Amino acid sequence: MGAVDVEAVWRIESARIVAALTRFTGDFGLAEDAAQEAVAEALVSWAVEAPTNPAGWLMATARRRAIDAIRRRVALQDRYALIAAAPIEEDVEADPDRIDDDVLALMFISCHPVLSPEARVALTLRVVAGLSSEEIARAFLVSVPTVQARITRGKKTIAAAGVPFELPPVGERRQRLGGVLSVIYVIFTEGSTATSGDRLVRPEVAYEAIRLARTLAALQPAEPEVHGLLALCELTAARFPARTAPDGSPVLLEDQDRRRWDLSAIRRGLDSLAKASPRGLGPYGLQAAIAAVHASAPSVEATDWDRIVVLYEALGRVAPSPVVELNRAVAVAMATGPAQALAIVDELIATDRLPGSHLLPTVRGELLTRLDRRPEARAELELAARLCANERERSVLLRKAAALD
Amino acid sequence: MSKYMLIMRGTDESNAAMMANIEELMTTTGQFIEDLVKAGVYVGAEGLDDARKGVVVDFGGEVPVVTDGPYGETKELFGGFFLVDVSSKEEAVEWAKRVPVARGAKIEVRRVPGEDEVPEIGA
Repeated sequence: MGAVDVEAVWRIESARIVAALTRFTGDFGLAEDAAQEAVAEALVSWAVEAPTNPAGWLMATARRRAIDAIRRRVALQDRYALIAAAPIEEDVEADPDRIDDDVLALMFISCHPVLSPEARVALTLRVVAGLSSEEIARAFLVSVPTVQARITRGKKTIAAAGVPFELPPVGERRQRLGGVLSVIYVIFTEGSTATSGDRLVRPEVAYEAIRLARTLAALQPAEPEVHGLLALCELTAARFPARTAPDGSPVLLEDQDRRRWDLSAIRRGLDSLAKASPRGLGPYGLQAAIAAVHASAPSVEATDWDRIVVLYEALGRVAPSPVVELNRAVAVAMATGPAQALAIVDELIATDRLPGSHLLPTVRGELLTRLDRRPEARAELELAARLCANERERSVLLRKAAALD
Repeated sequence: MSKYMLIMRGTDESNAAMMANIEELMTTTGQFIEDLVKAGVYVGAEGLDDARKGVVVDFGGEVPVVTDGPYGETKELFGGFFLVDVSSKEEAVEWAKRVPVARGAKIEVRRVPGEDEVPEIGA
């Protein structure tokens, strides 16, 4: 591997290059196109002769392509003449603080609320993480043309809405940051619990989210929820090595070999949680705190379930959702008993707050099993299996149902 | 994705050159770590004290034999490491090229297997 690897350099440089070019041209879509052209050129020319400064080469080439694109527009529209006359030799990479703000602005624009959720994910992975359309397609189990269409549409939406390339005003900052965090979390959950396909955990997808969260934590160190999200991702990913059996089937928390949990990931997660804690935990921080209780427990029996119940109650107050209620029910079952938990689950069913989800009948089936109401338990687990889209999870549910004969 | 250790291997000459500009080295190393952190790939880094102050425990005989001083005849001693969590071996190599070291030093790039892997140790 003597040659310089274009993809590897791009992974390191993409965010900085696209950010600097967007600042330089004021046009996010044009910057992204120019950067992709530079990558395409690098793939051809580096194979012949690698540059001594690959990062500088990419930046300079992308900037030339951006200027070409602006000049083409100028040929069509004279009113761009002034932009083309702007000094082009200025070093766009000079100020490191400026670059940090630009990368942050790039994250905000990629996760902008005018974009569809799919476009936010695709653009973030493309421009901030530096993934190719093929890699994004593989991560989200969709076709390459679908990813390309999402990116193209996303760039047009940004342009049509006239979204400026800047940090959101202070008043909106917290809320917009929440939007960025949710995009990162969507990517993480796609890796930690694949919504479809035949693999339960896809660590390579979760990795991209963790990497984005680490970057965001470095750029926004004073924001507790950024550390909370990073802690949640680290602590969840720490359990990946124990979560699947050699044949790919899921291993439940109570059956996991805790010696296989990644202790260094747990340590990093606890460090991030400590940074999230001083001013009170938000929704991500609370979920991380719950994951931390599990990560610190030697076994399911020795887990501090009372603390987990309290944390779910707090989570239910700051971010009420039926899934949180369902998780609280599971914790109550462990802390107090299945009967009390069943009451919470039945309340969720009565109010029809999780229609069509396999999670509700899964938990209800488990609770009924523990209460030895076997025929009802079996019916619930079979219902859960019918509703579940992940093949690995489905076979576990059917196995449990069959065991109740 | 995988973790890689970027292992610094300095010669007497490169170590001396780095110590002669220790202030500069501290600054450039700090900057390098900051770049790793902002790229979301930093996991850890440590530098080792002088190899001559170290001890070698040798299991060649019946009982472990303890000797003072640097390890064996090796010219390029292990002087410290950066641990990075990167997308590929190629990316680890690109980061290795950016490690601030003096001329003559080498960076060895080695993969760190995950918890769910059995490390392959060459004969």
